[in-house]
Amino acid sequence: MSGFDQTLLDDADETVRVQLTVNGRRVACEVAPRETLVDCLRNELELTGTHAGCEMGACGACLVQLDGRAVHSCLMFAVQADGATINTIEGLSETGVIADLQAEFHRRNALQCGFCTPGMLVNAHELLSQVAQPSREEIRDALSGNYCRCTGYEAIVDAIEAVAQARDQGGGTK
Amino acid sequence: MSAPLTSLDRPNSYIGRSVPRPNAKRLLAGRGRYISDLKLPRMLHAAFLRSPHAHAKIVAINAEQALALEGVHLVATGADLAKICTPWTGTLDHFKGMISAPQLPLPLDRVVWAGQAVVAVVAESRAIAEDALELIEVDYEDLPLVVDIDGAREAGGPVINPGSANNTCFRAHLDNGTVDEVFAHAAHVVEEEITFGRHTAVTLEPRAIVADYDPSAGMLTVHHATQTPYQFQDLYSRHYGIPEARVRVIATDIGGSFGMKLHVYHEDMAVVGLSILLGRPVKYVADRIESFVSDIHARDHRVRARMALDAKGEILAMDVLDLTAIGAFSTYPRTSVVEGNQVIRLIGAPYQFKNYRATLEVIFQNKVQTSQYRAVGHPIACAVTERLVDMAASKLGLDPFAIRAQNVIADDAYPQTSPTGYRFEALSHQACLKRLREIMGYDALRAEQVELRKRGVYRGIGIATFVEITNPSPAFYGVGGARISSQDGAILSLTPSGEVRCLISVTEQGQGTEAIISQIVADQLGLAQEHVKVITGDTEVTPHGGATWACRGAGIGGETALQATRALKRNILEIAALILQEQPSALDIIDGQVVDAATRNQRMPIAEIARIAYFRSDTLPPGTQAQLTVSHHFAPQGYPFAFTNGIQGCSLEVDVETGFIKVLKHFIVEDCGRIINPMLVDEQLRGGIVQGLGAALFEECRYSETGQLMNGSLADYLVPMPMEMPDIVIAHVETPTADTVLGAKGVGEAGTAAASACVLNAVNDALAPFDATINSIPITPTKVLKALKRF
Repeated sequence: MSGFDQTLLDDADETVRVQLTVNGRRVACEVAPRETLVDCLRNELELTGTHAGCEMGACGACLVQLDGRAVHSCLMFAVQADGATINTIEGLSETGVIADLQAEFHRRNALQCGFCTPGMLVNAHELLSQVAQPSREEIRDALSGNYCRCTGYEAIVDAIEAVAQARDQGGGTK
Repeated sequence: MSAPLTSLDRPNSYIGRSVPRPNAKRLLAGRGRYISDLKLPRMLHAAFLRSPHAHAKIVAINAEQALALEGVHLVATGADLAKICTPWTGTLDHFKGMISAPQLPLPLDRVVWAGQAVVAVVAESRAIAEDALELIEVDYEDLPLVVDIDGAREAGGPVINPGSANNTCFRAHLDNGTVDEVFAHAAHVVEEEITFGRHTAVTLEPRAIVADYDPSAGMLTVHHATQTPYQFQDLYSRHYGIPEARVRVIATDIGGSFGMKLHVYHEDMAVVGLSILLGRPVKYVADRIESFVSDIHARDHRVRARMALDAKGEILAMDVLDLTAIGAFSTYPRTSVVEGNQVIRLIGAPYQFKNYRATLEVIFQNKVQTSQYRAVGHPIACAVTERLVDMAASKLGLDPFAIRAQNVIADDAYPQTSPTGYRFEALSHQACLKRLREIMGYDALRAEQVELRKRGVYRGIGIATFVEITNPSPAFYGVGGARISSQDGAILSLTPSGEVRCLISVTEQGQGTEAIISQIVADQLGLAQEHVKVITGDTEVTPHGGATWACRGAGIGGETALQATRALKRNILEIAALILQEQPSALDIIDGQVVDAATRNQRMPIAEIARIAYFRSDTLPPGTQAQLTVSHHFAPQGYPFAFTNGIQGCSLEVDVETGFIKVLKHFIVEDCGRIINPMLVDEQLRGGIVQGLGAALFEECRYSETGQLMNGSLADYLVPMPMEMPDIVIAHVETPTADTVLGAKGVGEAGTAAASACVLNAVNDALAPFDATINSIPITPTKVLKALKRF
């Protein structure tokens, strides 16, 4: 490994200050340019509800809401999120915006180990904000980037379908 | 409203009720406490340099630059850890003649698979540790390697373990009856060779561990994402020479395990050693690529089997050769031969026949080790058996249901002993077959298949009967010398407020252990479930036990909880009887109230008994010492295993132009004995089936000729995703075991056991008009097109 350029490592560790609005609070973090958003959320901000599963955007465990849309926090550098508004599972829980989804997931046991669950909920929330009454096929399609090893998916699809129907009957105000 | 009252209409009747899991709300709110979330003061991070070679000599390691990097605290090699850790060998005494090489956390002079950890770096962050890995130089000298089964068995070929005559880890032979004679005179013989690819658990949370050695107290605390904390307490204690009582293993929320997280991994052992060397907490979380190259793989069998039948289609005999390649050594402490052993003993299990012969050969190769993963051996035994049964049906012109109905062991013929020596207490194949036919709408599916074929649409219907091993007794590992418990323990306390705290040795990985244990305790004591708190997964707090593996949580853990609760109830009622001047037998507990057993009239709340016992014992009669904490252990007796059974069905469509397979619907009828929580049982079945469907259609760890894993990412290794998976129809038959009061057997592996067999039969059914057959799992589009001679 002779000829290795030590400055490369130094540059990689030199931190940058980013400002974010996370779960309704303005925060500032010192992050290395190579640090991903999921690592920043989990390590700097201690919001461990967002999980890293595959770190290549295939499993959906790291989904968060960024400026109103679901994004993979493992595919973004933290510096790219400077100035963004982010909601993680913790924030979405506290505001109650996904309370009906969480209740239905609980009632139907649409989770087992729970590691995929925050990402599933963020994606389900996104889907129902785009399509009020998705078919089962559309729900499965929308979740096709969310990997769950435990459940077999059916209860998750059932839960989302039930919430869509309940929201529709309740005027879709959630 | 006019439905008759059932046992579930009693107050606090929870056994048999679909109640949600109390602990799931935390996980839904993002408040899980996984090991990968854990951060301790002064915690450091480990990363491992891995071998790029599948078999090579380590000539020299130069880590000077790495050690000099700012933020690096330690660089450790095999020699450093060998000074404090004793080696382990993955053999069991009852597998006669079994061999495997001794293992250390990191190798001393030789690597045996590509991806094996060679050097550890501990640094202030994972990123710095990974930077340091780039600065380490290792000189390797390639050694001849063994990649496939045939190469490993070749005489005069490379031998992986120096000093061994060949690459055979273990051989077993079963011979029951006059097999050659029966085959010579049989009216029909069917024969097939089926290969099963390697696949792996792909838990969504990779392996994670935080070891924290405190030299001032001589105390090791390991936060470990494992199913079996007691096993690891024992192993860390013995291999690092720390008294057992000073080793604490804590397993909080676990992001998936499926058997994968109960084996000893080199990195985990190393992390414990690194923490001992540094006297500081050290964390290691595998990334996804590391998981693929270092988690255990499973399956990798090639089975040649034949079945003899008489003219009417009665099965007479089976003859089997199972070759399985397990990697460079056998896993510790459960060994890598259990899967093959279960394959040759489970083949033919649902059927009534006497003549059976099987040979198992377990072979080393330069790949990561294989070992126990959900439904150990079951999918292979089931696929081999059920494929032959379908081939026989086709040869005899029988319907798949008809040949099974003719040959399964009759529901009234128990107890029975299988030709391989398994003792079955009571199974329900006939009832399950009948029920499956109903829920599948089998006749309509067949009619539809015929119609669609005329239009060039090729659908297939497959069914597969299975027997599942659950509730293992000490005969499983204990007799082999492994310190793996088949008993479980519970400590139950009535709190001063009249609630119950239950510490239990069975652990929770999301399957619902805490839920079913609280259901059993609430049910048996006569309390609302929300007044029962269940605590699992901490060796310092919960009593020693086997924890969760081989489908023993409900059957053994549940029975432990039941017996412990009955003991606590007796004690509570004894105190109540003293206070109320009554006979204990005249009292009962309903809804947290002591009542007259006969009239159900309320006498006093159990909270009042607790208050008196804890705070006003002076008011109890002289000599009374209230025992409101009970400790109870239970080990299975009677049958060595509680076998369960069931049958699955699959309807799928094969696109004969592209080779793509679409599973349309899957069905299962399952008999796991007493059902404690139907919703959780159904979810175990669904999740298990989807793992089986993944194995059947997508999942395979593919290696190059040089032993490199070629698809170690979630983009290359395909897992079942929501879009590819069908809805699953479930029905139950309940045959409780008489060996326990509870009567529960296991259910976690039933779904996985027969799913791939079903798909194999269904695909072959779909391809029948083309005279094309598939005999390999996973069934990829390429294999379908090759079978159709279109590729």
